[in-house]
Amino acid sequence: MSTKGSKGTDGAAAEKWELRLYTAGQTPKSLAAFRNLKKVCDEHLSGRYEIEVIDLLANPRLAKDHQIVAIPTLVKKLPNPIRKIIGDLSDVERTLVGLDLRRQGT
Amino acid sequence: MGKSESLPSRAKSARGALAKAPTGISGLDEITFGGLPRGRPTLICGSAGCGKTLFGMEFLLRGALDFDEPGVFMAFEETEKDLSENVRSLGFDLDRMVAQNKIAVDYVHVERSEIQETGDYDLEGLFLRLGMAIDSVGAKRVVLDTLETLFSGFSNPAILRAELRRLFRWLKDKGVTAIITGERGDGALTRQGLEEYVSDCVILLDHRVRDQVSTRRLRIVKYRGTTHGTNEYPFLIDEDGISVLPVTALSLDHKVSNERIPTGVAQLDDMLGGKGYFRGSSIMISGTAGSGKTSMAAHFADATCERGERCLYFAFEESTSQLARNMRSIGIDLDKWIKKGLLRHVASRPTLHGLEMHLAHVHKNVKDFDPHVVIIDPISNLSSSGSQADAEAMLLRLVDFLKARGTTAMLVNLTTGRNALEATDVGVSSIIDTWLLVRDIELGGERNRGMYVLKSRGMKHSNQIREFLMTSEGIKLEEVYVGPEGVLTGSMRAAQEEREKAAALAREQEFERKQRELDARRAALEAQIAALRAEFQSVEDEAALVKTQDKTREQRILEQMAAAQKRRDGEAGNQRQGNGKRNRR
Repeated sequence: MSTKGSKGTDGAAAEKWELRLYTAGQTPKSLAAFRNLKKVCDEHLSGRYEIEVIDLLANPRLAKDHQIVAIPTLVKKLPNPIRKIIGDLSDVERTLVGLDLRRQGT
Repeated sequence: MGKSESLPSRAKSARGALAKAPTGISGLDEITFGGLPRGRPTLICGSAGCGKTLFGMEFLLRGALDFDEPGVFMAFEETEKDLSENVRSLGFDLDRMVAQNKIAVDYVHVERSEIQETGDYDLEGLFLRLGMAIDSVGAKRVVLDTLETLFSGFSNPAILRAELRRLFRWLKDKGVTAIITGERGDGALTRQGLEEYVSDCVILLDHRVRDQVSTRRLRIVKYRGTTHGTNEYPFLIDEDGISVLPVTALSLDHKVSNERIPTGVAQLDDMLGGKGYFRGSSIMISGTAGSGKTSMAAHFADATCERGERCLYFAFEESTSQLARNMRSIGIDLDKWIKKGLLRHVASRPTLHGLEMHLAHVHKNVKDFDPHVVIIDPISNLSSSGSQADAEAMLLRLVDFLKARGTTAMLVNLTTGRNALEATDVGVSSIIDTWLLVRDIELGGERNRGMYVLKSRGMKHSNQIREFLMTSEGIKLEEVYVGPEGVLTGSMRAAQEEREKAAALAREQEFERKQRELDARRAALEAQIAALRAEFQSVEDEAALVKTQDKTREQRILEQMAAAQKRRDGEAGNQRQGNGKRNRR
């Protein structure tokens, strides 16, 4: 665990969120997920995030390599730990927990 | 393998119905009449450790190796590395097959603690992976092991169920023959009710332990649109993979041979119509302890090898070297045949395995060695490693299996207790074609061996009890003495024979004496006849003499009379003279 992480949200301010959204074509769920993700990031991680969208239809090999089962899946690569968030991210609370922007249950 | 390949065509042609994909798992294709439904999913369910994964794996590997149908293994529980190691113990090189593009393995890692669910999702990723794997090897077969893991990884059952339904439809559209494994649930076939999605074929695997002997069993719960064996079939997992053992041959249509093979004992051949057993028949030798059953079997083994045929000898009582030593004492050299590779002797304790394992052991050895003759000595011990009914069923299967192969089977049965000689501990008498009984005959302070043919289907056979002698040149069958004194054996028979010999000699002498006497009488009579004939002749001569004398006398009388007449005539003239004549006289 990094020392920065232990300082909480203030310390995490310097960190950059590397996010990867796996989709399979332009499905309504994928579009909704991207929309919801953008909104959450803009609200909580303004300027500190990077979203990479991977369309598995174009590159199915990555589904195996990255252990993707559900679509859409959002993977938080950084900061550690790596987390998988599945669904269209319509549940904002859970999304924030998944992105380590809020502790579970609080 | 040849059998399983020929089966599907028969199943198809039977009604032009369901196409089937042979599994290549030995025995399974027989009871499913050709394999799993082609292009449809099959559910394999069972509790933990019952062999589901291996089942699926073998289906894929055999498909790729034997039927040129590449496959995809999607593992939810084991990693590629684990799988590869596990199947190596079954003699398959998974890594090489993956490298050759015959098999694609995808390990799907789903861990709930690593996943946060935030709304609606689907399992398109799984579909993509599966689709990619199928395309990468051109798969015709797919195994999903264990799909239910998804239920522990994702919390939304509504989504999962919808996705599963979509998955099975998708698999059918792809035209792949699929196996889906599922963990057995309480009161249901699978915990998550997968059987409601897979409606074509459901196979249940089971692993039971009874009397400390574990048995794996397989049952086809349903198989839509086709006939199938409905029993519980034992199956085994050993170094050659899975083998399912059909309880009984599903048909009794094995070809029979008219060829006869010698028994190894010339006199026994004579008892069996002069030619011996039928090839491919089942022969049982039963008898009490020490009655010479094993020696009979050894003779048969010896005769088999002598012809240059292979003999497989299962011994549950004697080790290889012990049997060889013992048989040497009656002049049979089994070592020689073992060295030549014509005889294989497999010795094990009956309690070493469960019955199914024994059966599989026999199957394996038979398939491996391809013998002409299989001897099992004795079968009665097998019931010690299972229940009576199990042992019976096993032997039935075994005999069926051997008959179907045209292999001659000789079963040796030890009878205990003197009353039930004609019964078997394991009631298999009805499947036996030729049944020889060796029994003790206690008489005159001796215990001798008698042997007879209890039954022998389809051939003329002797109804006699023969005495059975074990000599240093092997078994000899002697005619026993049957007479007014009863059946005599051993030294009593010998004594009786001596007595009869003496009696015969005496009879002969008596006859000669009588002959001589008669000759003498005849000679005497003949002399008498000669004397009589001489007497007759003299009488005859006399009669002739008398006759001539009488005639002469008659003549003379007549002459005299004539002379007297003449004289009388003269008297009248000579009256006067007559006086004178009379005077003269």
